[in-house]
Amino acid sequence: MNKKNEKLLIPFIAIILGILVGCIILIISGKSVNGLLVGLLKGLTGFDIYKPHLGFNLRYPGEFLVSAMPIMLTGLAVGFAYRCGMFNIGAEGQVIMGSLAVTMLAILVPMPKGIGAIVCLIVGALAGALWAFIPGLLKHKFNISEVVSGIMLNYTAMYGANYFLKILPGTNNQRTVDIPSSTKLGSSFLASLTGNSRFHWGFIVVIICVIAYWFIIEKTSFGFSLRATGFNKEGARYAGIKVDKSIILSIMISGALAGLAGAIVVQGTFGYGRVMTAADNYGFDGISVALVGSSNALGILFSGMLFALLKVSQPLLQINGIPREIGEIISSSIVFFVAIQHAIKYILSKLESKKHKSMVNSKGGTSK
Amino acid sequence: MKLLISMFPTVLLVATPIIIAALGGLFSERSGIVNIALEGIMMVGGFAGATVCVLLESQPGIGAYAGWMGILAGLIAGVVYSLLLAVSTISFKADHTIAGTALNMLASGITVYLCQIIFGQQRTKSFIVGISKVKRIPILSNIPIIGKMIFSNVYPTIFIAVILVLFTYFLVFKTRFGLRLRACGENPQAAESVGINVYKVRYISVLISGALAGSAGAIMVLTSGIQYTISSIHGVGFIAIAALIFGKWNPFGVLGAGIFFGFSSALGVYASMIPILKLLPSEFFAAIPYVLTVVALIIFSGKSVGPKAAGEIFDSSKR
Repeated sequence: MNKKNEKLLIPFIAIILGILVGCIILIISGKSVNGLLVGLLKGLTGFDIYKPHLGFNLRYPGEFLVSAMPIMLTGLAVGFAYRCGMFNIGAEGQVIMGSLAVTMLAILVPMPKGIGAIVCLIVGALAGALWAFIPGLLKHKFNISEVVSGIMLNYTAMYGANYFLKILPGTNNQRTVDIPSSTKLGSSFLASLTGNSRFHWGFIVVIICVIAYWFIIEKTSFGFSLRATGFNKEGARYAGIKVDKSIILSIMISGALAGLAGAIVVQGTFGYGRVMTAADNYGFDGISVALVGSSNALGILFSGMLFALLKVSQPLLQINGIPREIGEIISSSIVFFVAIQHAIKYILSKLESKKHKSMVNSKGGTSK
Repeated sequence: MKLLISMFPTVLLVATPIIIAALGGLFSERSGIVNIALEGIMMVGGFAGATVCVLLESQPGIGAYAGWMGILAGLIAGVVYSLLLAVSTISFKADHTIAGTALNMLASGITVYLCQIIFGQQRTKSFIVGISKVKRIPILSNIPIIGKMIFSNVYPTIFIAVILVLFTYFLVFKTRFGLRLRACGENPQAAESVGINVYKVRYISVLISGALAGSAGAIMVLTSGIQYTISSIHGVGFIAIAALIFGKWNPFGVLGAGIFFGFSSALGVYASMIPILKLLPSEFFAAIPYVLTVVALIIFSGKSVGPKAAGEIFDSSKR
């Protein structure tokens, strides 16, 4: 089997296996598999098979896209660093810092309409990049694993952000005041298009980022040096690539993408900053998205949709009498199966050689 | 000083699960498997512990021991769940961090799913007693100051933690198995060349790790909670990783780091009663363990403190 096919096949098999695990768990616990499919269909299209007379409710696809956008961005973030051999588990913290910077700027500094939203996006990206600079620098200077420092910085970011959000004027225990409308990404036009969902202009940001990701990674010499570093660090160094520079730059770009995710969550989805008691997992979802999407722009786009669907359908599943956590079980099983791709590859190669053998045998049979 | 004494039971309460889970991390990392899944294993253990405790508590006869049965259930559940980590990282050669991350996510899904199946809600039913405090330990509680700080009005689980620290030290640094375990974490190829079965040693270590983290989860829920919910463990598995690093991958270091982190977390609660610390926000104390761990990492860098081959995928056919 060639490499390219394998890259497509493994996530595909992992997805099938993950859904299979979910179905088996549902059957064992006496819940209907149909309910799962009905819930997923409604989450994706807004069409409820149990109530066909209501037709398509476009609010559901709208909300589906709303939850897909940030995790596509964090997926791109994790994928970008992964291409350079870095595992940016700290994306979670970078999202939080992006959100924090945007919330503070929007509430404290009055800005004119139009420019405000864009300035906020840029500041969010910068905040994420700066927070990602820390693990990058620690890796470069002290050879500290970005995984460990990333985890520690996630929690530091969460508690730190909570402190700063709480001292903003008007913040209660859960949220800040609404950010001014000049900085919001929401629009009544997009909302009316999608049955009053929270769908917002952030989708343009996502599209730009997907294209830029593809272009930088696949088409520029900088992207090539990143990939070379990720593939074989010492080899890349020997070939004259500035490995340290690529490492720090790649995790900072990764952080910028995660920061953007944090920005559109505040400016688009919610319209205010949230005081968090526990991480809300945009960064960790990004890890799932990047892994299943093979850190490839188009792959991330599709796997982002898959994980968003599993997320938004959860309340619908609960209504249909299926515990909503089945969505989480399926998505984490998919990631687990991608993680053990070595075993999948092994089984595939066994099957292949068997097929090959039987083909040889049958050919031998006819020639005789 | 009086405040310090009254604070101490809280410190020990918070420190116990951190120490035990970090010891779990020690076994696995010393054998070369990075265990990011501590948090997830703790969740599974906490869920199993709370469930068993709730179900047994009303039974006559064993009801009084329901809390301890809960810890045992957490231990078993931890072993079973860590088997997934062992199979994926050791046999299937998965990236340790990715497999661990997947297991963390799976744990939060599967535990709450089971709560919904068993109890029909997104949490377990609440138990009545769980593990109860020991009012005063005879003789020892009469020692001035220390007696009041450590030996009265305290959960017995802290003593289990201390015994486990001693046991871990003995097992990892004083026995043949421990030597092999450390060899697998330092240089698995060399270990294999002298006839050590690296796969087997790593499997055993990861399962021990699961047993410790699982019981830590159960202890945490049964001592400081009333039921298992999705936020029962709230990142203590990651604090345990921090304690492991801060304690330089050494059992006594882990003990010290665990108590220190317990202290900083208790200060978050008590700071409002202390004049100088009143000015600092509670988030400051919550963030201390993480910030200090980053600082510790910088200080340790350059010196080889951690197991050298931790995180590397071992393949006996490669050199």
